[in-house]
Amino acid sequence: MRLLIGLLLSFVVAAGIGLGSSWYALTQNLSFGALELGAWKGYPRNGTVGIDPYARAVIARNGELPVGSGDGVAFTAAADDSGRALDGRCDVVVRGTTPPARYFTITLYTSSGQLVANSLDRHGFTSQELVRDASGEFEIMVSPRARPGNWLPTGGVDSYLLMLRFYDTSLGVATRAGREAPMPAIRLTRVCQ
Amino acid sequence: MWIAGGLVLGGIVHLATIMALPRTASRDAYARLASLVPVNGFALLPAPTSESSILPFMDPAFAVAACRYDLAKGPVKLTVPVSPAYTSVTFYTRYDVAYYAINDRAAGRRSIELDLMTTKQRGDLPDDEEVTAADRLIVESPSLTGVIVARALAPEPSLLSAATAALRAAQCKQQ
Repeated sequence: MRLLIGLLLSFVVAAGIGLGSSWYALTQNLSFGALELGAWKGYPRNGTVGIDPYARAVIARNGELPVGSGDGVAFTAAADDSGRALDGRCDVVVRGTTPPARYFTITLYTSSGQLVANSLDRHGFTSQELVRDASGEFEIMVSPRARPGNWLPTGGVDSYLLMLRFYDTSLGVATRAGREAPMPAIRLTRVCQ
Repeated sequence: MWIAGGLVLGGIVHLATIMALPRTASRDAYARLASLVPVNGFALLPAPTSESSILPFMDPAFAVAACRYDLAKGPVKLTVPVSPAYTSVTFYTRYDVAYYAINDRAAGRRSIELDLMTTKQRGDLPDDEEVTAADRLIVESPSLTGVIVARALAPEPSLLSAATAALRAAQCKQQ
């Protein structure tokens, strides 16, 4: 009887810990080898055969196709530089320059990777579309209300993420630190709807 | 002791589920594309909108075409015309691992031309043919089936039709 209860207890613990931790790893996107540049996180290895098993599982579950390493590299940000979650009801300023690449695009998605409906039908910018100042820096206003300049509408969603993709770039698995890869700063302002 | 045993077993369950997931996921990218994309032929993917997107995190600045390949009956020949701005071709295995990607600059021509084959099929190529076709790019697929995705950038929305037109002429054919 003790044996039976003991075995049962082990199995319950095993199932709970095993499935629970798998579920946690997949939903929290716990992949290895992140390249963190400010608020931006990229996984250049995900575009190669060296992709780690956690990232593979996340990708299979989401149904996405990662950007191949000969094509480009993708970075996402779900929070601003001081760690505050991006809120679609507030104004967020994305300002700065980017690492060298032939083209880049910046796109706003819900956390599940869908585009957000808005009156302009604008979901992002390409590097060619962005208006820059004299020093070559750009400033994107991510805001629920219309803004002059580079306005990226949020549609007023609770939370979103920004994806910055560089195409034909030297950025990749070998990139180590911020000096070779200046990423735009993200600042959540207190101006909210 | 029973709890410790359970923890160890839990670790095994965790690793097993993570490793098995890519092969058991029923809504992975390959499965999502299966209804729309032919075998050994390209199909343009519908542009993502806020209502629907065939895959998550699709870049709306790109026109995208995909081809599901099957090398069981021989190598596949791939031709993707280069669009004015930027064009890339990425190869994924049946389980969504990107094993090779090339862009228009690396290809250096008016179109990206490649032969896709398994390691065995490459080994079976007659030697002289490999010499005469030295300028032919050969990509080895680690799996018999998979997906090829061609992407053409529209740097401005008005250029999307040119990008789409380039991909419309893309070919992915059994040799």
